[in-house]
Amino acid sequence: MLTKFRALRAEHAAVSAAGQDPFGVAFDAVLSATEAVLRGRSILLLGTNNYLGLTFDRDCIDDAVAATVAQGTGTTGSRIANGTYTGHVALEQRLARFLGRRSAMIFTTGYQANLGTLSALTSRGDHLLLDADSHASIYDGAKLASAQVTRFRHNDPDDLRRRLRLLSSQPGEKLIVTEGIYSMLGDTAPLREIAEVKREAGAWLLVDEAHSLGVLGANGRGLAEAEGVERDVDFVVGTFSKSLGAIGGFCASDLEGFDALRLSARAYMFTASLPPSIIASVLRAIDVMEDSPQLRGDLKRNSRRLHAGLADAGFALGAMPGPIVSLPMPNRETAVLFWNGLLDEGVYTNLALGPATPGGRPLLRMSVSAALTPAQIGIAVAAAAKVGRALGLVDPAMAGVAGLEEPA
Amino acid sequence: MMNKQEALREITAVLEETGKLAGPVTMETSILHDLSLDSVGAIDFIMLLETRLDTIVSMDRMAEIETIGDLVRVLTSETTTRT
Repeated sequence: MLTKFRALRAEHAAVSAAGQDPFGVAFDAVLSATEAVLRGRSILLLGTNNYLGLTFDRDCIDDAVAATVAQGTGTTGSRIANGTYTGHVALEQRLARFLGRRSAMIFTTGYQANLGTLSALTSRGDHLLLDADSHASIYDGAKLASAQVTRFRHNDPDDLRRRLRLLSSQPGEKLIVTEGIYSMLGDTAPLREIAEVKREAGAWLLVDEAHSLGVLGANGRGLAEAEGVERDVDFVVGTFSKSLGAIGGFCASDLEGFDALRLSARAYMFTASLPPSIIASVLRAIDVMEDSPQLRGDLKRNSRRLHAGLADAGFALGAMPGPIVSLPMPNRETAVLFWNGLLDEGVYTNLALGPATPGGRPLLRMSVSAALTPAQIGIAVAAAAKVGRALGLVDPAMAGVAGLEEPA
Repeated sequence: MMNKQEALREITAVLEETGKLAGPVTMETSILHDLSLDSVGAIDFIMLLETRLDTIVSMDRMAEIETIGDLVRVLTSETTTRT
């Protein structure tokens, strides 16, 4: 049964042989949004997607504790079979209000939000058009759907337009799926152009704002808000596990009859609902996100500082400054050595290997938090520069060219 | 509809343009084993073909493709969407 994993296990062993297992890091303790202890050593966290740093927000913790004391540790069942708590409804209404949508549905994870939504929205004879760099949860949701699935070139509205033209004579609904910020490189979708293609073709549009909620837009509603195309987005998917510092997912929409997904999205129907503690902390985290726009400012400033620091050190960087900073690696071996080198220097990042990465190329991925201090970013940049120089990853000719100016 | 010879010619042309043509390509050529393409590279290669031929190979059809012959069969099938 398990012999099919022989090659995978050998590959994993090879990756782990260079030092620690990049996919099995077990912290002794997590101390704050930016610090942990690993094998007795203090570690700076630069790979947690904790964009607003809310995992240790005092009010969120207090509300989660109070909800646990009052309502228990778990719901022990699904909403449709075992009942809904008042908190579930309150969170859905709060989320809908925050997003300016008629209604919202919450799922137990962000992964399940995509799985449930995509498979329930489309039927046989419909068409799903996915960006080629879509997250695994979107691909898996598409696998569960009975619609015909085609992928368009990453962030290429012209390729999307071409495919919709080819499908125009075919019956069935067409649902375009994009992401606000792509998790590997941190690039954003050209959403205005995609919305234009959507309107031309009479298609539907779903945007996964998992990495952009709380990060982009004047109010933190994501890329659609930032690009002024929220009215073109028919379905907003997102997660509570990044900016909101907990776990869970959602889909929101203005469409009448959207609640039918509660009786058709299997990833909603056949799984236990979120526990009271999570509901309470997310409810409070939305308040914090709304009441503290300076957190987005801090995140932006920290992103620019890290980006500028790495560029100044001579690294070639992919996307523009944003909450995800990825360094393309020349090969898998170097990527593994770089990741281990940074950990040895006390900095935890993410090692991203193909095929989950764009083009299958290895990446050293960092995610920024509003909670990082300038000193912590300085430590991270110094560590990256030291390890990068040792591995020949930085271009000495480029070092200092970018200029480490004080970010706005 | 495109015939098999035309499809094979177009496939060979794309391989040549992308520097992946290491030798003669036949219907039995394995895309992953003989063309030094990994799974990501194979998808990129098929996407290039889709653009060149102004066609769509849906993901469920992609799952059928292991050899150049499989790819030719998909590209020349009646159910493949094209102009």
